[in-house]
Amino acid sequence: MDAVLPFIYILASVGFVLAMKWMNHPSTARRGVIIGEIGMLLAVIGTMLRMEVVEYQWIFIALAIGSAIGVPLAYLMPMTSVPQLIAISHAFGALASALIGTAEYYKITPTPSGFVMGALSAETLLGFLTTTASVIAFGKLQEILPTRPITYKGQNVVSFIVLGGAVVLGVLMTAGMADPWMYPTFAVASLLFGILLVTPIGGADMPTVIALLNSSAGVSACAMGFVLDNRLLIIAGALNGTAGLLLSIIMCKAMNRSFTNVLFGAFGQVQVSTGGAAAQRPVRSATPEEAAAILDASSTVIIIPGYGMAVAQAQYKIREMYDLLTRHGVNVKFAIHPVAGRMPGHMNVLLAEADIPYDKLFEMEEINGEFPNADVALVVGANDVVNPLARSDKDSPIAGMPILDADRARTVMVIKRGMSPGFAGIDNELYYMDKTLMLFGDAKGFVSSIVKELGSSH
Amino acid sequence: MLHSLGNYEFDLYIAMLALFLGWELVKRVSPLLHTPLMSLSNAISAIAVVGAIVLTGEAGASRLTRILGFIALVTATINVVAGYLITDRMLKMFRKREPGSSSSSSSGEHH
Repeated sequence: MDAVLPFIYILASVGFVLAMKWMNHPSTARRGVIIGEIGMLLAVIGTMLRMEVVEYQWIFIALAIGSAIGVPLAYLMPMTSVPQLIAISHAFGALASALIGTAEYYKITPTPSGFVMGALSAETLLGFLTTTASVIAFGKLQEILPTRPITYKGQNVVSFIVLGGAVVLGVLMTAGMADPWMYPTFAVASLLFGILLVTPIGGADMPTVIALLNSSAGVSACAMGFVLDNRLLIIAGALNGTAGLLLSIIMCKAMNRSFTNVLFGAFGQVQVSTGGAAAQRPVRSATPEEAAAILDASSTVIIIPGYGMAVAQAQYKIREMYDLLTRHGVNVKFAIHPVAGRMPGHMNVLLAEADIPYDKLFEMEEINGEFPNADVALVVGANDVVNPLARSDKDSPIAGMPILDADRARTVMVIKRGMSPGFAGIDNELYYMDKTLMLFGDAKGFVSSIVKELGSSH
Repeated sequence: MLHSLGNYEFDLYIAMLALFLGWELVKRVSPLLHTPLMSLSNAISAIAVVGAIVLTGEAGASRLTRILGFIALVTATINVVAGYLITDRMLKMFRKREPGSSSSSSSGEHH
């Protein structure tokens, strides 16, 4: 059997590579999942047939327990909880990686080679920190923990000392030192750093954080491949590592911010300076009847969804509005900002769930040129991603962030509960423009009223 | 397991090529599918099950190894199962559809 094993692993790797390749388009993506599952099945069966694996009872019990938890987790969580689900899934995978590294450490000590020990340090450091960081991210997304950044004085210094301590211990162990206190201290420091890393990061920065944690879980698995001399692990881990890294780079670019700023900038604390005066500026508002009439008379409407839509669960009502407007001959499109929501691609998943065809969902570069020709830009629960200050004000916290050009549409409508600022804590110039109508109310309720008007007008 | 320097070199080459391949593949993924991409790649990286199976089932493993391997196998299995199923559940919802056509057969309805 051990002679066949390498070929089973190679087939499994092919499955993983094809899975990633077929994710490039919705029409092939499900095929990708299936081939990925086959790859995983091959890897599991192949490993169970290895010579050194002789005791099966605990393996089957563990597989059964894991499935008994994993299946309901995937099927019972509502679609709006996908960010949390992905965060906790990262935590489980990373914990597995860290525990395997720990077991390996005690197996090979006191005589590991420097190379193996270096890989093992990387595997367990990343595994442990990803575990706790993902748990904290889960807590914030589930709103068990406050979503605003939690900060204290000297926090970055503390974080760096903890991380530095873990790295130094990792290097010492790689250099051949193996005092009994070292590995446990190293593990605790890694776990602690994960907590310190994510606690000060605000909710709206979660897309970048989740993508980064995705990447670090992958790199940890890749490092494990070096420890176990297993190329399947190296390949699978590297694929995941690059996927996460690329996504987090896309997220950072979409906010014109650096990794350091996202991770250590404690962005999104309430800014006191912009409080009082700004709230007094006059805005125009409209009723659902007026809004419905304007929408119905338009030929092109671009809807810009944001996290507020997810919170209000307004996507189903928006689908009804989309259906009615389309039936009335209005061309309705959706403009999706890369960082809208709490994870990369969050809005797409929610709108697809509400059964809006994916060929109506457009990314920022595709649709920005169409705003000047749009009769209405309808903003639902988005804020900073449509703030024109990003273009004009060099000193604003969102300066240089690419935005959706809602302000260039002929009429702008914004569904919003009140005049409170968005995550960046600054006022939104869009709301004060002459062509802007504020539609005050709960997103779901307001869109329902529009739907009722549209339905009765024909 | 025997390690020789030649092996490491070989492994490093594989890692290098896999990183470049991953980059090229992921670059082509439509932004529409960024969430399913993340959950799929996460499920794939739960390939840690391989290591956990060996630790749990190995002949003559110490009690510590067996316990750590067992917990790792449980958590890695959760990651695999939840990762693949949620990816599939999301992808089922992505459809091209002419407006007004028949209703959906989605499993991603309200819960």
